[in-house]
Order: sequence, then structure tokens, then C-alpha cells
Amino acid sequence: MSPGAARKRVQTRRAGRAGDTILRGLSAAAALVAVLILAGVIWQLVSAARPSLSKNGLGFLWHTTWQPNFNQFGAGALIYGTAVSSAIALMLAAPLGIGIGLYLSMMAPRGVRRIVGPLVEMLAAIPSVILGFWGVIVFAPVVRDRIEPWLHSTLGFLGIFGAPQTTGLSTLTAGLILAIMVVPIIASLSRDLFSTVPPELTQGAEALGATRWEVIRGVVFPSTVSGVAAAVVLGLGRALGEAIAVAQVIGDGNAIHASLFEPGATLTSRIALQFQQTTPHTLYAGALFHLALILLVIALLTTLTARTIAGRFDVERRYARAVTA
Amino acid sequence: MSAVAYDDRPFDPTAPLTSSGNLRRRMLVSRLVTVASSASALLAVAVLAIVLWGVASRGASALSLKFLVTNPIGLSGGGIANALIGTGLMVALGAAIAIPVGVLTGVYLTEFARPRSRLAAGLKLALDLMQGLPTIVIGLFIYGLVVLPQSKESGFAGALALSIVMLPLIARASQEVLLLVPGTLREAADALGVSRWRTVRGVILPSAAGGIATGAILSIARAAGETAPLLFADSIFNPDATELNLFGHGVPNIPVMILTTSDLAIPEAFARAWGASLVLLTAILAANILTRVLLGRDAARRGGA
Repeated sequence: MSPGAARKRVQTRRAGRAGDTILRGLSAAAALVAVLILAGVIWQLVSAARPSLSKNGLGFLWHTTWQPNFNQFGAGALIYGTAVSSAIALMLAAPLGIGIGLYLSMMAPRGVRRIVGPLVEMLAAIPSVILGFWGVIVFAPVVRDRIEPWLHSTLGFLGIFGAPQTTGLSTLTAGLILAIMVVPIIASLSRDLFSTVPPELTQGAEALGATRWEVIRGVVFPSTVSGVAAAVVLGLGRALGEAIAVAQVIGDGNAIHASLFEPGATLTSRIALQFQQTTPHTLYAGALFHLALILLVIALLTTLTARTIAGRFDVERRYARAVTA
Repeated sequence: MSAVAYDDRPFDPTAPLTSSGNLRRRMLVSRLVTVASSASALLAVAVLAIVLWGVASRGASALSLKFLVTNPIGLSGGGIANALIGTGLMVALGAAIAIPVGVLTGVYLTEFARPRSRLAAGLKLALDLMQGLPTIVIGLFIYGLVVLPQSKESGFAGALALSIVMLPLIARASQEVLLLVPGTLREAADALGVSRWRTVRGVILPSAAGGIATGAILSIARAAGETAPLLFADSIFNPDATELNLFGHGVPNIPVMILTTSDLAIPEAFARAWGASLVLLTAILAANILTRVLLGRDAARRGGA
């Protein structure tokens, strides 16, 4: 080997080592960005919420007055609104989504499956602002003219379906719109889960004479229950954190009403609708950041819960696919 | 199992083979579940059709080439050119930030971090938590980080907020495809004495490029429709002007434009917002269908090989 070639080889090797170090450093730095952003978000919300944290303290969580003119702030009604609208969404979306998952994984013929699956996932791709716009203009009048009177006359004795209102903008409408957003998530996650059940097990049960429902109840559900629970929790996270569509259709009420037809407000809708009116560093702005802090804590807990109960099934990975596809 | 308790009729070998008694009930329950599941799927597809039809039927009348290339005039006239350009610019800058960071995160997790190490687990947890951040919280974060110090909203702030939406999705997608690259390729490169970074650049990234691109397109489609992150970062702008400078003042964009119109309660202004909704929705769904087609071809190729 000529001396020139040997030198070149040494140079290449050195460049290789330097390149390795650089790439390792760069990619490690990139991976740290996520950690930094998370830390930044937490620090930012805590420090901006400080005026409210020091004045309102823990009582903020249950006080229900929200009067910016009198500097009176409490998150009680908003936490209630968030809980109720998300509960409506989940009560509808969980059975529907699991049913769709069953249909797509065990019942639909192959051709139908390949069309209906993507169509259901497409629901998740509709931007929330468009769904909210449609909710205000098209859906709210339907809620007002058809759904509210019907629920009031058939289930009015329950107390949660009071007298029909004039706008159709209500906690119920928000819950229904949220259900539309959550169904595709639960559906596509549970379809993936049900498809992981080994065919030996389901076919074995069928061979023993089990009907389709008995196969589902006896074999499919027990082996996927933790994953399905995680899927529902992730759907809940989506419902709790949705801001724009809810702000558009919930009607921005201020009080806690028993009737779901009354306008309400959630943590997210209050921030979305009022933050722009605030002056920085005031108690008002701090109170809205305080709401965001509550929301952040709930969101982090939701993610952690879903991860914990999902166990070996990497539900987050599929969630990423469900919200993008 | 009690075999005869529910059927005490005498055995008749000529009777037709139909289910009776308990079996009949079991079949009925099973059939009910099948019907309910199918109905759920039908309902979801019907809701999709109703929403799409609602947007398309109202937006179609506004739509024309002129609608896409003229700026808004007053409350109801003109088109959405400036908002289209604004959304395009912001999404492009956001993607230009999020794609390199996201892909490098994926590279670190698959090529450098020791699998199952505490560090790798912590980084994945951070990505999951980031993915679960409510988008309005991202908006407030950017407000405090960029808007408040500069005392103005800007397209840059909006792009940064969108990049935070995209980052965990792109990182996840990249990590997933990089894991699919066969280990034998890495071993072959190692055996030839190729340095790690050359392997990554010359072997691993090229063979994962298709999957990474699909993930990136889907994340971009997701971010293009997001409103909440822009609400406090890029929602104050001159609605009638074209703003090309992302570092100047607020840049008009489609999602915020739809939101402000829907708050207005002036029916004449709605036509433009419906048109904008239709354009945005078409673009997003087209991106989704496109990647599905690409993915399908990809999977077919993998299956065939």
C-alpha cells in the first residue's frame, strides 16, 4: 500500500470517528428536545399561573364563581363542564368504538373491512375547527329542534334532560361533537387489539360450539381488556384536551346546571374564549394559566394511566397512528 | 354442562335441524351483538358522510379558481389566497423544524440508545407525554415563550407551535420504520468497517425513507388543521392582506379564519368559511388517502420480497 493511500485511510477513519461523535451528539440533542419542551411547558404554566396560585390556592379547584370584573376566579364549574362533556362523549364513543373494532376485526368481509376501516379513521382527520363550525351551523339546530325535545319528552324525568333551549349550544352538543372525535380513536385501537388475539384461541372456542358472542366474551375480551381500557383512557384524554370545537358549540355558560341542554364551559373552552381579553401578568391571565395547569396535570395523568394499564401492548404507538390517519 | 335440561322433547330424527331452547337464545344474543357492531360501523360511516356532505354542499358554491387566488374583500367577498399562503408557509416552517428533530430522535432511539435502558425509556415517556399535551396548552406555551417577550404575534410563533404538534408524531413514525430496517444491513455495514454515521446516512435512512416520508406527510396534514396552537400565537392579523414575512406580524391562516368567521354570526360571511373548510378538508383527506395508497404499495412490496 502506498503511503498516500494509507494516509487517506487514516483520514477516513478519523472522519468516521468524528462523524460518529457528531451524529451521536446531534441525535441525542434532538431526543432531548422533547424532554426540554415538556419541562418548559410545566415551568411556563406554573410561573404564569403564580398570581392565581398564590391568591386562590387549592380552593380554585372547587369554587364556582368566575367574575373577571371582580377578580373572582374558581375552576369548579369548568372542571364540572369538562367532566360532564367528556363523560357524555365516552359513554357514546366507548361502546360504539368497541363495536366498530369488533366489526372490523371479526365480522366484516375482507373487502368491506378495507374500505370501512379507513373511512372510520378519516373521522379523526377532520380538523376540530371544521367539526365545530359544522356543529354550530348544522348540528346545533338539529339538537335544538329534534334531539332536545325528544330526550325531554322521553327521559325528562331523569332531570338531566330539562326544557329545550333556544340555541342548541350546550354541554350535550359539546359531548356529542366530542364523541365524533373519540369514536375513531377507540375504534381503530380496539380493532388493532382484537386482531392480535391468536386465531387458535378463537377457532378453538368456535370448535367447542361457542357462538360468536361467546367467543368475544370468553376469549377476545379477556385477552385484550387492559388494552381496550387504555384505548378508552386515551380517547378520554382527547376529549378532555379538545379546545376549539368545544368552545364553538358549548355556549360558554357560567354556572353548573343539572340540565345538559344549558350552555356550559370547560377548562379548554374558557381558555380559548377568554385568554385574548387578558392583560399579561394580571390575576385574570394567571387564573387562565391556572386552568391550563389543571388541564396539563389531567393530560399527563391520562397518558401515564393509559401507558400503565396497556401493559405490553404499545397503545401509544397505535394512538399516534390513529390521530394522524 | 347439563345437556338435556332445556330440551325434554322426545328425540325425533326427522325434525329439521334448527336451533331451539337455550341454543336459540345463545344464537339470538350473538346475532344481536353482530347487528349492533355492524350498526356502529354504519353509524360512524354515516356521520362521516353527513359531515363531509355538510361541508361540501355549502363550500362548493364558493369554490372557484378565483376563490383560491384572490384575497378576501370585506366580510364576504373575495377568496382565501392570503390564508392559504399563510397556512402553507407556517406548516412548511413548522415541518422544517420538526422533521429533522423528529427523525434524529428516531435515529437516537434506534441506533444509539441502548434498548431497554432507562434513558431510552425516559425519552419514549417524554414523547408520549408530549403527544398527550392538549393543543391549547401548546398555544399558551408558545405565547409565553415567543409572543410575550416580542410583544407581538407572528407566523414564526405559529410555525413553532405547529412543530410541537408534529414532533412527537414524526419521532414515533421514524422510530417505528427504523426498527423495521433489518439488523443484517447494520451488521453488513459494520463488517465492512463502515462508520456508524455513514451506515445511518447511506444505508439505514435511505431504506426507511419511504416510511419516514409517510409519517411526515400525515403529521403535516394533522398540523395543517390545528387551530388551538395558533390561537395565542398567530390569530391577530390583517385578514385582507398577504403577509409573507413569518417574522413580522401575524400571518392570516385558514383554521383561525374559519374560527373567527364561525364566531361572527353573520350568515353572509359563512360562504367564504365553508369554502375554506372544503379546501382544507380536501387537502387533509387527500394527504391521508395518498399515504394510504403509498403504504399499501409499500406493504405489498415487503410482503412480496
